[in-house]
Amino acid sequence: MAHAHTETHDPTLYYVPHGTRWPIVGSVALFSLVGGAALWLNGWAGGTVASLVGFVLLLVMLWGWFGDVIRESIRGFYNRQVDVSFRMGMIWFIFSEVMFFGAFFGALFYARALQVPWLGGEGHGALTNEFLWPGFSAVWPTNGPANIGGAFETIPAWGLPLVNTLLLLSSGVTITIAHHALRAGQRGSLLFWLAATILLGLVFLCIQLYEYHHAYTDLGLTLGSGIYGSTFFMLTGFHGLHVLLGMIMLTVIWFRCAKGHFTKENHFGFEAVAWYWHFVDVVWLGLFLFVYVM
Amino acid sequence: MATHSATHDDHDHKPQGFLDRWLFTTNHKDIGTLYLVWSLIMFLVGGAMAMVIRAELFQPGLQLVHPEFFNQMTTMHALVMIFGAVMPAFVGLANWMIPLQIGAPDMALPRMNNWSFWLLPFAFFLLLVTLVLPGGAPQAGWTLYPPLSLQGGYSIAFTIFAIHLMGISSIMGAINIIATILNMRAPGMDLLKMPLFTWTWLITAFLLIAVMPVLAGAVTMLLTDKFFGTSFFNAAGGGDPVLFQHVFWFFGHPEVYIMILPAFGIISEIIPTFSRKPLFGYQAMVYATASIAFLSFIVWAHHMFTVGMPVGAQLYFMYATMLIAVPTGVKVFNWVATMWRGSLTFETPMLFALGFVIMFTIGGFSGLMLAIVPADYQYHDTYFVVAHFHYVLVTGAIFGIMAGVYYWLPKWTGFMYDEKLGKIHFWWSTISVNVLFFPQHFLGLAGMPRRIPDYNVAFAEFNMISSIGGFAFGLAQVFFVYVLWKASRAGVKATDQVWEGAKGLEWTVPSPAPHHTFQRPPVIDDSKLAHGDVTH
Ligand SMILES: [Cu+2]
Repeated sequence: MAHAHTETHDPTLYYVPHGTRWPIVGSVALFSLVGGAALWLNGWAGGTVASLVGFVLLLVMLWGWFGDVIRESIRGFYNRQVDVSFRMGMIWFIFSEVMFFGAFFGALFYARALQVPWLGGEGHGALTNEFLWPGFSAVWPTNGPANIGGAFETIPAWGLPLVNTLLLLSSGVTITIAHHALRAGQRGSLLFWLAATILLGLVFLCIQLYEYHHAYTDLGLTLGSGIYGSTFFMLTGFHGLHVLLGMIMLTVIWFRCAKGHFTKENHFGFEAVAWYWHFVDVVWLGLFLFVYVM
Repeated sequence: MATHSATHDDHDHKPQGFLDRWLFTTNHKDIGTLYLVWSLIMFLVGGAMAMVIRAELFQPGLQLVHPEFFNQMTTMHALVMIFGAVMPAFVGLANWMIPLQIGAPDMALPRMNNWSFWLLPFAFFLLLVTLVLPGGAPQAGWTLYPPLSLQGGYSIAFTIFAIHLMGISSIMGAINIIATILNMRAPGMDLLKMPLFTWTWLITAFLLIAVMPVLAGAVTMLLTDKFFGTSFFNAAGGGDPVLFQHVFWFFGHPEVYIMILPAFGIISEIIPTFSRKPLFGYQAMVYATASIAFLSFIVWAHHMFTVGMPVGAQLYFMYATMLIAVPTGVKVFNWVATMWRGSLTFETPMLFALGFVIMFTIGGFSGLMLAIVPADYQYHDTYFVVAHFHYVLVTGAIFGIMAGVYYWLPKWTGFMYDEKLGKIHFWWSTISVNVLFFPQHFLGLAGMPRRIPDYNVAFAEFNMISSIGGFAFGLAQVFFVYVLWKASRAGVKATDQVWEGAKGLEWTVPSPAPHHTFQRPPVIDDSKLAHGDVTH
């Protein structure tokens, strides 16, 4: 915030803001969010309140920070070079997200290819199986030799998960159509296809929630269902959170499109969110293949 | 080569108020200073913990602290030194020097730069507060292996969230550095003309973005195993504690290069300056750094030879690890070849650089020994490992940082530090650090386990020698603080170039560097760059 509103800036120079208050707000917000969560996990009352306050503060920070950036952008402070910095920032942020999912995919592959077979006596696990877990045979899905979480059934891939795959794939198409409309300067078409993208995401999330409900109440499949439940819910859960985040971003962008913030040539905010949406889409394809189908 | 420090359009003045200057800053130099001061504070905090460890180990038997507290000290010492001292020091140096080295007006994303730093104090509050919580700080070692790490008390959730915040900070810092280097170079500053400190940081930043999220994933699985009933690391549920080790070390091995590659860069700047010769094999240095970074992703399980792994996997990880000695050897060869027939002088930065080359190489060789599977069965989790990684991290990373600090300090403060005091600091540190860590090789080979507060009387002498070295080294760093404090206030005025043999853009701006530099890109004159002529 600082003095961004009163300044002028020579666009031949790289824009360096003079001071900002939002990062420290963001730090206090994250500190309160996770500190409260830590208190709550240790059974101390008041933790949830601190977390909630932190979360609200985080939203305030995001609103204010992005608000400053949007205002500066509209005032023409950002030249081509600043634009490239933003693009690189977004690309590398998405790469970090890919690696985060990589950790959980890695856990899934390791569990399926190595640890469960070893528990079942394969390779050097023969004695483990013989003496520690006699009678356990390695099949996937499993909740382990101690049957942690009790009997469960899995969700068949070719039902709702397939529908979800089609939904997300179509949303990748609709956002591309919206992008073409933006570049052609057709705001009506842009808003329509962007809204369609958001709607497809919303339906996806509703189906995910329905599935979770179904898994918990009918199938006995929970986060506590051994290694299968752990990998299933952590992967699909983090993906769902990313879909939610992507939808919030898309919604903000919808309003910005409606207000005419973007031009045919200059609409990095839109593109960044589109990249993010495609990333979420690709992660889902991995999930569909490795969690549901295989 | 033009510098525009005095001729740019607006705002050369620093912000007036204290909060405006430090809390709300978007200036790469001020944020660099914050990082460096923070790192120094954490260095002293982590050092104090090391003093507790060496005091308890001064004699066999349990003297000073409870074993539980001893375990907290070993765990916290590592976490504080890695995430609080070494990594922020390198980010601070990057903030200060990369824009100056490539002719950029600031970091690419100045607001996010502020956030990267200001997350750290909050993260470390969460980590350090566990010392006074019921049950104390984490005790399972910085590697947080389950199931042991999950048997702690209140500290687990706090530690994990602290690591999450540190990770966010590192990732944002790394994104900023990549965007700065790739997008903010002055026209004519081609990639293969960049100073090596900038080069090594470009590669380090890539490593950070690739592996910090993996650490976040690993500790998140710990969190859900502890509090939400998942079975990632529980064999009864089909999981495996060894899975954690794989995910952790996929982060952990690149992490050790995150802590050493920027030091390689610093040393590659200093040795040519004080040899008054161009760096030998500039391009080979760049490619060697990239090779090391690539290899760092495919060697992680060398930390796990004794955990139980198929023989084929052990062989693969052994040979892949030993392969890293090739590009590292290229680097050491090039440093030595740079000095060959140079006009050497031995100011403090050069002394630290030479100390680095010799002692880091000792650490590298003991690392090779540890890479040998059958030998590792003997060395694993002994003091030999402790000696190895302290040679790499103290006489490697931290000596590299100190070399860089002495080298660039005149550019920051405008004053030359007291050369005599600097030399005293170097010799005091170098002698004491070897008294501290060299005997630990023998202790490890004789079988003394790490992370244990008591030991067999057979190990008494070497432990006492090591502790004496430890106290002396600790005191030397208090002296270091005095040298820095003195140099920040007064001294001989530094010239723009500071060092006779120094080349590159950072030496063309005034000392101290003005608050804003290169608001308009400088005109690059290849003959005045350290690596303007790419054929050498
Ligand atoms: Cu390693």
